[in-house]
Amino acid sequence: MIKSIADIAAIREKKHADMMIRTDKNAQPTADGGRMHVMVCGGTGCTSSSSMKIIDNLEELIRINRLQDEIKVIKTGCFGLCAEGPIMMIYPDHIMYTTVQPEDVKEIFESHILNNKPVKRLLAGDKNAEEITNALDNVDFFSKQMRVALRNCGAINPECIDEYIARDGYLALQKVLTEMDPEDVIDTVKASQIRGRGGAGFPTGTKWSFAAAQQVAQKYVCCNADEGDPGAFMDRSVLEGDPHSVIEAMAIAGYAIGANQGYVYVRAEYPIAVERLSIAIEQAKEYGLLGKDILGTGFDFNLEIRLGAGAFVCGEETALMTSVEGKRGEPRPRPPFPAVKGLFGQPTILNNVETYANIPMIILKGAEWFSGIGTEKSKGTKVFAVGGKINNTGLVEIPMGTTLREIIYDIGGGIPNGKKFKAAQTGGPSGGCIPASELDTPIDYESLIALGSMMGSGGLIVMDEDTCMVDLARFFLEFTVDESCGKCPPCRIGTKRMLEIVTRITEGKGTMEDLDKLEELAESIKDAALCGLGQTAPNPVLSTMKYFRDEYIAHVVDKKCPAGVCKSMVKYIIDNDACKHCSICKKNCPVQCISGDKTTPFSIDQDKCVKCGLCMEKCPFKAILKNA
Amino acid sequence: MTDKCTACAESQEKINQLKTIVDNYKDTEGSLIQVLHEAQELYGYLPLEVQREISTLMNIPLAEIYGVVSFYTQFSINPKGRFKVNVCMGTACYVKGANEVLDKFRTRLSIDVGECTEDRRFSLDACRCIGACGLAPVVTINDDVYGKLTPDDVDAIIDKYEEL
Repeated sequence: MIKSIADIAAIREKKHADMMIRTDKNAQPTADGGRMHVMVCGGTGCTSSSSMKIIDNLEELIRINRLQDEIKVIKTGCFGLCAEGPIMMIYPDHIMYTTVQPEDVKEIFESHILNNKPVKRLLAGDKNAEEITNALDNVDFFSKQMRVALRNCGAINPECIDEYIARDGYLALQKVLTEMDPEDVIDTVKASQIRGRGGAGFPTGTKWSFAAAQQVAQKYVCCNADEGDPGAFMDRSVLEGDPHSVIEAMAIAGYAIGANQGYVYVRAEYPIAVERLSIAIEQAKEYGLLGKDILGTGFDFNLEIRLGAGAFVCGEETALMTSVEGKRGEPRPRPPFPAVKGLFGQPTILNNVETYANIPMIILKGAEWFSGIGTEKSKGTKVFAVGGKINNTGLVEIPMGTTLREIIYDIGGGIPNGKKFKAAQTGGPSGGCIPASELDTPIDYESLIALGSMMGSGGLIVMDEDTCMVDLARFFLEFTVDESCGKCPPCRIGTKRMLEIVTRITEGKGTMEDLDKLEELAESIKDAALCGLGQTAPNPVLSTMKYFRDEYIAHVVDKKCPAGVCKSMVKYIIDNDACKHCSICKKNCPVQCISGDKTTPFSIDQDKCVKCGLCMEKCPFKAILKNA
Repeated sequence: MTDKCTACAESQEKINQLKTIVDNYKDTEGSLIQVLHEAQELYGYLPLEVQREISTLMNIPLAEIYGVVSFYTQFSINPKGRFKVNVCMGTACYVKGANEVLDKFRTRLSIDVGECTEDRRFSLDACRCIGACGLAPVVTINDDVYGKLTPDDVDAIIDKYEEL
């Protein structure tokens, strides 16, 4: 049913009261809202560790006990602490449980929900604390964050438009349509100084003004949800946890530039995100927040989803638009920029999911509020997907200018198993590595570029001493070679040659001359490649060579891999003092290269050894050593 | 003879379904990729015959269709196994040992990446980041997701699917 502004306001007021117990411990329960809300994470991470089963079990218990009116189970979006999933949050008690298993549901139900005794062993944070406190305020992982783009993730049911509306959803769209001219909208976005969260960091307001200046009838608004940077999953989480914020922002953008049609380009690898976004679009249409004559203001805006099909290059704007048109996603030279000539040859703006998620907040809270957060040239917050060798893997949103040390040690909980931090990789295949010496650099667009890396979409992979930096460079090059669309030779041929050289080095066949060649090739590719992806493809090699040159030299000169990763340089030997002559290694060796028996010492024939490591894995006495 | 007729009927049925798919998109500009997604869902893969059919139905040259199919990694012109093993090779999974997990699947199934076992039960692929980095290293088998894996877990997982 199409809703008027008054209808939406009524929904907001009612649902807001139903949801009060989530924000105010002393709030009065409402008849429809019930007295307790159990929020269970339904993001990809937690779903993979059976959070749906948890919801089923809990609903079953609630049904048996006829408590449907009192206790509401709500499937919500990502809380961010993916490493400790599945996550459950209980309101109004503000108690968070982590690593909840389907078997634990009965205990939580009987002890906490029925008898008000929290299950201590599942609590987030300190399980032995005297007083149980609100995890969001007291666990470092949450309390040191500032959630703007992720404001609704974990706070609402993403499949319920009313819950989004209750948290001031679609209020920004209403404000824009009823109180602001398109120019005002663009001026506000410009004044907020928000920059694109997808990679290059181009000022969003400026981009919009270019498209607005085009005097043609048909323009388009696109959303880049082709999150191809491996290790980044914030866009997925926003679409899964708060899809309406993207829809609202795209409608605002449409009004600002004068476009009536939008496309969201989503990776096919994100089925849950696609499903939630489809549901959200249908709901918005039903309420008349998409479609013709939105909120009776005469503004029309339609939105369609387009699925990607697995091509990294489609994250590049011109390639993405070609792919939306149903063609091979190859980039083309710019200018003309998409704001002048984009999708189907018409002026188009493209922003990524996280950028859009910020827009409604900028409209509602004002440009000054937003530009008050962050550093001089990088305003607002940034979401990072922190992964790799770190305790609290997950999504964190922090003000620009936070240091890497705060992210990794305060929020991320440090490196597991007492290992040493070696480097953090940002920007994916276009970025670079930040070494330990730069841990205290405040992170923003400029500082990362200065370090030879880039913001990218916000993937942050932490590496410890067991990671070989040459091998990592090879990993990224392999990725680029595989994903190069092949249109321009510097990228197609250049990255391939770089990969051959780096592979040679990891095999112990490199020379010092190779290092010079690598640098030379890298510079040429940076200058000559057609699109942003080609131009940045050499970054992983250049930055590892800059900060970890000694590792390259160890591979080339000493023929050693200090981290013990590069297989051909690894050597397995038997420690005869520890060896008990059990001959388990000999039996397990797939190439029969281990000799020895009860009386003669065991040894490995290095010429025959294929370095599979099986002997070391099987030895009960830890008598086989790697690289000693 | 009767067998063949059943096969014919089945294939005619699928072609009718394919026609419906194409029809649903006939007013949508630039819908080839969406059609290919649904066609692959229908057939399991996109052999040349299917591409040819789409070419006729949509009036797009076969060369252009093949160009699109071969460009995107999600489209396959080879059949996949009943159980599609996908080892995530995103950075987070890679630094946490996805390579060793992949090696273990290789040896256990005796096939290489991109191949299918002879009985068509399993196919093995290395895929791009699926965004479940909190669970690295991650493997998906059809719609099931397995996280925080070590090579030692592989045998038990495969055994489970051997029995299905």
